[in-house]
Amino acid sequence: MKVEFELNGTRVGTDVEARTTLADCIRDQFKQTGTHLACEHGVCGACTVLMNGQAVRSCLILAVQAQGERVVTVEGLSRDKSLTPLQTAFRKHHALQCGFCTPGFITTAHALLTEEPEADEERIRDVLSGNLCRCTGYVPIIQAVLEARSAYAQTDDQE
Amino acid sequence: MKLPAFDYASPASIEEAVALLASRSGSAKIISGGQSLVPMLAFRLAAPELLVDLKRLQGLNRIVIAEDGVRLGAKVRWCEIDRDARLQGAHPLLVEAVRHVAHYQIRNRGTVGGSLAHADPAAEMPGIAITCEAELTIIGPQGRRIDKASDFFEGSLTTSLASDEILTEIKLPPWPVGRRWAFLEFARRRGDFAMAGVALFYELVDDKIADIHIGAIGVGDRPLRLPAAEAVLNGQTLDSRVIEAAAAAARKSVDPPSDIQAPAEYRRALLATLLARALRQSETRP
Repeated sequence: MKVEFELNGTRVGTDVEARTTLADCIRDQFKQTGTHLACEHGVCGACTVLMNGQAVRSCLILAVQAQGERVVTVEGLSRDKSLTPLQTAFRKHHALQCGFCTPGFITTAHALLTEEPEADEERIRDVLSGNLCRCTGYVPIIQAVLEARSAYAQTDDQE
Repeated sequence: MKLPAFDYASPASIEEAVALLASRSGSAKIISGGQSLVPMLAFRLAAPELLVDLKRLQGLNRIVIAEDGVRLGAKVRWCEIDRDARLQGAHPLLVEAVRHVAHYQIRNRGTVGGSLAHADPAAEMPGIAITCEAELTIIGPQGRRIDKASDFFEGSLTTSLASDEILTEIKLPPWPVGRRWAFLEFARRRGDFAMAGVALFYELVDDKIADIHIGAIGVGDRPLRLPAAEAVLNGQTLDSRVIEAAAAAARKSVDPPSDIQAPAEYRRALLATLLARALRQSETRP
């Protein structure tokens, strides 16, 4: 089936089987492999992308359901080669070890802070409870997101 | 875990959607948010020939608050209920229950109609429908019918929906100002399916409980009302003796499943504890 959508600011189109998930489509057709797949049934959060600005699990969306929508992956968060405020904070706080879950945390936290730049620690913990990390124990991730909040309070045009 | 092969259609009208469902005599399924269906496909617990996407259908995503109650279109998402400031007053129990649904990303996609049609016995929305005596609007080849929530849920993942029918709306009766209420559930990890949960509301007439509605999730093959506990509480003043008696009645009245999450006796104990806590919490609300 034909599907067209916006991927990281570029209009893209391809031909997929109806059963292809958005996650597989992004990775296999468009080679944007920053979106990671782990559980493939909506439990781990690693495949989180932004659809029309909202964090969603790309393993639970069919590629054909993205027809006409605006999709942003972790690759699309940085406008140039530099790190985003969230990525910088993750690096500073050692909020990743193996890094497999990191794209999902970054996209989820980005959606949260874009909408709620003043999210407190409890809200951040609540939102990130849908993402699994087996390395860090979460504490440094929470610290990184808390620190990145200031960058979102100043600017409205992210994403 | 790749999905089984299926055809996909995205009709522009409800009539077209019903006709598509009818054309495959039982082997077509509706997809909207897909937050329950896609995992079922991934596990091959469902393998429909055709998925009919409700994406292009207009008018199913409205939240209407009127004198006759709160009406939610089938495509209303959890995040939209959470953000609708009017609902805080118009139906605080609904808002609180929905905040317990799954995780952030799923709340951005999952829909009211999807949860009701999926009918997981531990899910919040079916529990609210049962507790509040909701009415469900269903459209099929013969036109429109209204089903009471108590007739709609027939068992685990089983409803009165025929294979060519579409749930389009749920109506919750109006919520009077000053009503007492509570919602509590328990899960090992925030956002996971509840091992047990309780929703309740009642009026206070001369300081006595009147017309209490108690619903429970996760303790049967479908969401349940707890008439035995309701009978203990109606007409009584809420004190610790009455709370204890109601919790004991609730515990005795259910026959929960034993599964990998919890043995039946644990779920019974959990229900009693949650009901007692919910009753205490209700004293401070509104």
